[in-house]
Amino acid sequence: MSGALLNLSGVSLAFAGNTVLQNVDFQVAEGAVVSLIGPNGAGKTSLFNCITGFYKPQSGAITFDGHELLKLRPHRVTASGIARTFQNVRLFREMTVMQNVMSGMHSRTRSGAIAAILRLPSQRAEEAAIRDYCEGCLRFVGVGPEEYDRIATTLAYGHQRRVEIARALATQPKLLLLDEPAAGLNAGEKQDLIALIRRIRDERGISVLLIEHDTGLVMQVSERISVLDHGAMIAEGTAKQIQSNPKVIEAYLGQEDAEAELDF
Amino acid sequence: MTPRDTASDRLRDRIAARFESPALRWGGIGLILVLMAVLPAALGQYATVIMTNALLYVVLALGLNVVVGFAGLLDLGYAAFFAVGAYTIGILTLDFGVNFWLALPVAVLAAAIAGVIIGGPTLRLRSDYLAIVTLGFGEIVRFSARNLAITGKASGLSGIGQPWLFGWHIATPTDFYFVFCALAILAVVVSLRLENSRLGRAWLYVRHDEDVAEAMGINRVAVKLAAYVTGAIFAAIGGAFFAANLGAISPESFSFTQSVLILMAVILGGMGKIPGVILGAFIVILGPELLRNLGELRLMVFAVMLLLIMLFRPSGIWPKRGVRS
Ligand SMILES: Nc1ncnc2c1ncn2[C@@H]1O[C@H](COP(=O)(O)OP(=O)(O)O)[C@@H](O)[C@H]1O
Ligand SMILES: [Mg+2]
Repeated sequence: MSGALLNLSGVSLAFAGNTVLQNVDFQVAEGAVVSLIGPNGAGKTSLFNCITGFYKPQSGAITFDGHELLKLRPHRVTASGIARTFQNVRLFREMTVMQNVMSGMHSRTRSGAIAAILRLPSQRAEEAAIRDYCEGCLRFVGVGPEEYDRIATTLAYGHQRRVEIARALATQPKLLLLDEPAAGLNAGEKQDLIALIRRIRDERGISVLLIEHDTGLVMQVSERISVLDHGAMIAEGTAKQIQSNPKVIEAYLGQEDAEAELDF
Repeated sequence: MTPRDTASDRLRDRIAARFESPALRWGGIGLILVLMAVLPAALGQYATVIMTNALLYVVLALGLNVVVGFAGLLDLGYAAFFAVGAYTIGILTLDFGVNFWLALPVAVLAAAIAGVIIGGPTLRLRSDYLAIVTLGFGEIVRFSARNLAITGKASGLSGIGQPWLFGWHIATPTDFYFVFCALAILAVVVSLRLENSRLGRAWLYVRHDEDVAEAMGINRVAVKLAAYVTGAIFAAIGGAFFAANLGAISPESFSFTQSVLILMAVILGGMGKIPGVILGAFIVILGPELLRNLGELRLMVFAVMLLLIMLFRPSGIWPKRGVRS
């Protein structure tokens, strides 16, 4: 599938001899919503870290939108059009909601020290444009103006997750990686999240790859599901195909909370 | 936040909130400017010289604040850039007969280049390698100044001329006081504008969480280098006017103690809080002066006071508003 937006082939990663990913092949097609599932410690977050340039796999290739990603430092990966959220919400402490979201615009803007010191008209226009765009992102995820100037980490947990998604959207990505975005959300918030993921794809044209444990949510939003177990990709297909795949069932059986996690 | 600082914090919040109103803020700024203007006439030459030194420290502390406070980089050799500025002026004006105003941009450039040479390779590394490297750099610069013929060895350089500015000969202590007033105001304005800019925000992102900052598309190394070089430029400008003011410089003006004193002003001020850092610079310079009648004991009393402040207000004397909610 060379036409895919994101293409991983033969990606292997190990830390001090511990294999974390073995020979992983994986694709995300343009405009798709794809889920990556698998037991805890399977290597899902590590896979995200390889894509975003934080981990350097020992072998394999990762291409995105015509770029070879493995050579790039994380900020260049983001500039090439991949944005992410973190498994444990990681907002900038002591900074406001708006300041947090503005960080996403950094790679899309240019003004430097001289422009800032002289308050050049171009710099002021850029600052206004940054604010406008970030307001749009916050509105899109459902965070209102009354929260813009609050310290982000003082928001309700569900709203912190939304701010993190808004911050990722502010990088103007083609592909959005969400690492367990529903963790810690209540049922109502999960429904909102499902609607939000759909709108991200449909209204903004952004492809989405999500890691998620909530299988109900996975079934509802994703067209295709990939299953990672002990660092190996053991299955790929539609929800129906995955549900009945014996390898997948076996992978989850070892887990004590298998019932809860795989209640297909 | 600990309960013990709530009362004073509330008071400061109220004072700060007053300044949110534009009329009162401009009124406050006007009052400060008037006080600055009448100080030499009101307090006499001795106080004017001390205040000039305090204003120099405002410039240096605000420069180091960009590095330590905004970008979160521990720099233990900041006085080295101060020395680069001062010696560049000394050497160019004395040995090469260059006009002060032409030597000034060269001093700035020299400090910026030194910043890139020291910061470029070091800032790629994570953690506190920078502290060690900057400590070493500070000592190397002082050692070179003590041993090179061109820097006048241990006795330093003297006879550095006083500059002219559009027919005004900047000569008396009062003249230099006003020059340093202008430099301090410039340093404050530049700091404020940088803080509220794309680059200023990037410094804070990197300081709070390097990984997330990178994931948001920020070039961690480039942004840190920009902070380091900006700080170097502040110090070089301070050093240039310091050399012109005293007319003589020697290696001892640029010791490790000097770096620590400037760092103290930044830490006292609460790292990154511009009004706090200004206050910190004044405390570091005026504190020992105000305790003069304690005689020999004054430096020790001052050191104990600083220690107590740091113990009881580890985040600095100037609280950041809005964090408590
Ligand atoms: N930086 C690292 N250093 C060493 N081991 C790591 C590192 N990151 C991840 N691992 C290991 O990789 C395995 C997979 O972790 P992770 O990718 O977080 O799994 P998942 O997200 O699927 O729960 C775990 O055994 C973890 O200990
Ligand atoms: Mg994980």
